[in-house]
Amino acid sequence: MRRGVAITGVGAVTPLGVGAEALIDRWVAGASGIEAGLGRCARFDPRQTLTRKQLHRSDRFTQLALTAATEALAGAGWADELPYPPERIGCIVGSGVGGVETLTRQQATLQARGVDACSPLGIPMMMANAASGAIAMRYGITGPNWCVASACAAGAHAIGTAVRLVQAGEVDAIVTGGAEAGIDPLVVAAFARMRATSRTGISRPFDARRDGFVLGEGAGMLVLEEAEAARARGAEPLGRLLGYGATADAYHLTAPEPTGSGPARAMALALGEAGVDAEDVDYVNAHGTATPLNDRVETAAIKRVFGPAAAALPVSSLKSAIGHLLGASGAVEAVATVLALRRRIAPPTLNWAAAEEGLDLDYVPVRAKPLRAAAHARRAVGISNSFGFGGHNAVLCIAA
Amino acid sequence: MSSPETTPQSIEEALFEAIAEIGPDRADITREATLEDLDIDSLDLVEIAQLVQETWGVELDPQDFEGVRTVGEALDVISARVLVL
Repeated sequence: MRRGVAITGVGAVTPLGVGAEALIDRWVAGASGIEAGLGRCARFDPRQTLTRKQLHRSDRFTQLALTAATEALAGAGWADELPYPPERIGCIVGSGVGGVETLTRQQATLQARGVDACSPLGIPMMMANAASGAIAMRYGITGPNWCVASACAAGAHAIGTAVRLVQAGEVDAIVTGGAEAGIDPLVVAAFARMRATSRTGISRPFDARRDGFVLGEGAGMLVLEEAEAARARGAEPLGRLLGYGATADAYHLTAPEPTGSGPARAMALALGEAGVDAEDVDYVNAHGTATPLNDRVETAAIKRVFGPAAAALPVSSLKSAIGHLLGASGAVEAVATVLALRRRIAPPTLNWAAAEEGLDLDYVPVRAKPLRAAAHARRAVGISNSFGFGGHNAVLCIAA
Repeated sequence: MSSPETTPQSIEEALFEAIAEIGPDRADITREATLEDLDIDSLDLVEIAQLVQETWGVELDPQDFEGVRTVGEALDVISARVLVL
């Protein structure tokens, strides 16, 4: 019997505000955090949670990560004291592009003012593992610690990796999630040139008018604990991570394999590990980027896995409200999923109005709706999908 | 050659300001404060050396700060190089 994994704390900084509650409250209410075609964390003030020294020495993605981690650890009741020996606590954080703002600024400094003007902090700020390192330093947690990089699936892969470390008995608890601050002119230009991002600046997942994703930034963090250890210390879990599936398309640098076999296998693996039948899934938190290809292939993959049950299954995309947070998206979406399941509600896909042939699932257009589990006195089960350029697929199965 | 307004006082002001930008509270930065108290490490010293080079055109190596324990001692190292010009 595998060790169970309890979620005991969550934190988020997103374009909908600072805090996981702001994220779920505002998403359920149908609010959008996208302005002028970008999902910026406009309300985020890193000075609220970081010292001047930490501010000076961190890229924005690390500042977002530290702020979300602070909320998650406080929620788990860890703010004053770690409940396990520090070497038995790990930290795994995903990022798609790491400290890209630091990288481009240092490049500009190099070109304008030469080698001597480049900052000695350039490397430690831009490295994609800076966030997990900073969280460990802040809390003195000394177990396994690294960064997962798998583009837009990094946050979900980080959480899946953390689950495996708990299951393997390498840690008793782990801080995990994803962070991204990629709204940088170079990143914006590069995504635009590959026609991945929306020209209209409107995120319309699964809608016939969708024209690409809206770039966003933010961080999502979770505290995971071995379920028995959490129970023993009297923690009240927010939910459980029941399963994780990871696959690769092995097909194309950016395009998903058209039949959706890779994502479908990842979903089936996550459900299989969870021991959950397709009919018993209440909610799918879609990757739902609003690119023409992703939403079509993801829909096909969901149909492959859920069969006839797919028709009545609520499938919604948080990216409609906050944009695509790249390496943070899978983590922020996992936070949103556990909170939505707890409320027994499927948050909406904003901006959805026009159906496209073949895209005929229940995308929960515009208004949130209650989950089937709400009508029954049982747990609610959901999956959260994340897929990344490179053909990386990661699916988490969560219950609350 | 140092500019006419370069004095021990102006060097001290510039250094204190640079240290404050790195992190410590301005009120804690005194000649007597130790680098350890202010949490100033080797990366910070590189930044301080950069400031010295940019402000006074004097090339300092982080190794020049070897053995330096307090802000005052760091100031002496910098002043000795800047004011001699």
